[in-house]
Amino acid sequence: MEKLTQQIRETAKKLLAEKKVDLVVGFAQGSLPLRSTPYFARTPEQAENLIWSSTCENNLANYLRKRGEKVAVIAKGCDVRAIVGLIKEGQIVKENLYIIGVPCAGMIDRKQINAAVEGKEILAASDNGSEILLKGKDFEKTVAKQDVMFGSCKTCQYNNPVIFDELLGEKVAAREANYADIEAFEALSDEERRAFIAKEMSKCIRCYACRQACPMCYCSECFVDCNTPAWIGKSAKSIDDNALFQAVRVFHLAGRCVDCGACERACPMGIKLSLLTRKMVKDVKELFGAEAGVNLEDPPALNTFKFEDKEDFLL
Amino acid sequence: MIINKNEIANILTKLAEEYLVIAPVQKDGIVQFSAIKNGAEACLTFANTKKPGKEILFPQSEELYSYTIDTEGVRMQANVDQKETIVFGMRPCDVKSLVLLDNVFKNDQYQDVYYLTRRANTLIVGLGCNEPAATCFCSNMACGPFAKEGSDIFLTDIGEAYVAEGISEKGQALLAKLGLGSATAEQKALANQLQAETKADGGVNIAGIAEKLGGMFEHPFWDSLHEKCLGCAACTYLCPTCHCFDIADEATDCNGCRVRNWDACMFPLFTLHGSGHNPRPNGKARWRQRLMHKFNYFVDRYNATACVGCGRCIKNCPVNLDIRQALADIRALD
Ligand code: SF4
Ligand code: SF4
Ligand code: SF4
Ligand code: SF4
Ligand code: SF4
Repeated sequence: MEKLTQQIRETAKKLLAEKKVDLVVGFAQGSLPLRSTPYFARTPEQAENLIWSSTCENNLANYLRKRGEKVAVIAKGCDVRAIVGLIKEGQIVKENLYIIGVPCAGMIDRKQINAAVEGKEILAASDNGSEILLKGKDFEKTVAKQDVMFGSCKTCQYNNPVIFDELLGEKVAAREANYADIEAFEALSDEERRAFIAKEMSKCIRCYACRQACPMCYCSECFVDCNTPAWIGKSAKSIDDNALFQAVRVFHLAGRCVDCGACERACPMGIKLSLLTRKMVKDVKELFGAEAGVNLEDPPALNTFKFEDKEDFLL
Repeated sequence: MIINKNEIANILTKLAEEYLVIAPVQKDGIVQFSAIKNGAEACLTFANTKKPGKEILFPQSEELYSYTIDTEGVRMQANVDQKETIVFGMRPCDVKSLVLLDNVFKNDQYQDVYYLTRRANTLIVGLGCNEPAATCFCSNMACGPFAKEGSDIFLTDIGEAYVAEGISEKGQALLAKLGLGSATAEQKALANQLQAETKADGGVNIAGIAEKLGGMFEHPFWDSLHEKCLGCAACTYLCPTCHCFDIADEATDCNGCRVRNWDACMFPLFTLHGSGHNPRPNGKARWRQRLMHKFNYFVDRYNATACVGCGRCIKNCPVNLDIRQALADIRALD
């Protein structure tokens, strides 16, 4: 991690000093333990603030749409998948973007870590590569990174960036596709599924952090916000409306969601959004053999029609 | 007065027979204010609730009135909530936020019947914080882990028991009714010591910041502050002092209601005019609004800062945009 941080700084400094780019988007140290924060370096001096760690959880592709200037980005596997998707959708001009790819061993989930210490406050945390040492007022605890990784990281098959202008660090082993979480959900009865979704959606406060954090959610006016007509109730007290919001959001991401988990990470209420997004990802893969953002060539799944496309689900 | 911890559940259950009792309740790892019937549901060991206490008086979504149209005309029904309510175990920062919100809902130009009716019928039992979180900075914000302003009754946790002080007349009357024993001199001394010594100092210094912001509307500082902000409402919805709202009609056929929903200055639709014009068209203008409203406009109007230092915006921001840092950066500007 230390070494990667150095490499990132050197690369960013060079690009900025040589004026190859106007801006490098990456991460800096955050203000809380286990937090880093998106950072915009515009000078070689600012590039000194860039870091790399297993807390670089945000999807930086979110900051790259429709930018006028030349931009470089420090991008892990899922950021690059989103970038690929956005290039295909005309949101990013590939020639204006310099991708500094970083193979990613997985990011750690503060919610799982908090649960591991029973919600006690963590005042300091350090990372030795495979374990995280947590310190609080009167406790110390070590957790294995593997155990507290985001769900989407545990099953990520594209942790090595699929495209890049430069790759820093060593490639890491890709993981196996694993939809056990979704299969378990699918195995539930209709009633149980409905109850689970209602329970999750009852927590929603309609802050739209999920939508805002998603690199692929960029409609200039979201259907939820539209007033004339009002497609959906605006208040958070209707569980049905909250669920409708997520249902439409997820349908709108069909064949576009890159399974980065940024939506679930952003949710302050800890709602398991990945059950919906990953169900959609899995369906698109099974029905159309397509995965979003894994190369520049494949056309977007829902923009194509093939005779052999499955249609037995059509009425 | 003294309340032994093992009596709390019974006392709350009993109160719930007469009042609507709202207390922090833990569910799925999240502590939230909820109405309780059984005192054992109350969780009083929380750092702070996820959603702020403002939601009790100013709910996220509130049906102001409902209406029905039939052959005889329109029938309207106002939904003013009149329940006698006890809020048990609100942290001092949230209690203080209600004192601030009073300014907004009751002033020389406007009195909000919904808020004020609830306010008048609600008794607040504040609970001091023996262990402030690292994100708490109430001691810097005219509040503090044992600030009693706004509480009707105030509780100090001394281990096996709470020392309960009646602050308002209403609070004293309720305490008298509960028939509690009095605290010993030793217990009182312990409570006093905790109150005097516990601080939640986040090193935030806002002296002079209102004046400084007053001259900063066009400052280049705003060009970069918002850059990483996603424009969600995690910070504002979860802030105990944020109070912007939007009013919408929700209707099906001939039945409908007018709903007041929390709004957030961080949303692109915030202050969008019917004409399509928006005086705050981008992230820069919106973040400036958030800071200005809390640390300048509110001060101008009500002579108080609209931040109580609860730290929720810091904990919940998905990109770790830390308001303490923003304030320190403003201080450091020439
Ligand atoms: S829906 Fe969620 S998982 Fe899918 S691309 Fe958007 S943020 Fe990533
Ligand atoms: S981030 Fe979570 S709480 Fe906010 S709107 Fe999305 S699902 Fe609801
Ligand atoms: S919570 Fe953070 S990202 Fe969301 S609007 Fe507030 S500052 Fe911006
Ligand atoms: S601005 Fe942040 S710290 Fe201040 S009261 Fe609001 S949520 Fe709490
Ligand atoms: S900000 Fe102060 S009053 Fe609020 S929870 Fe923290 S210590 Fe308690």
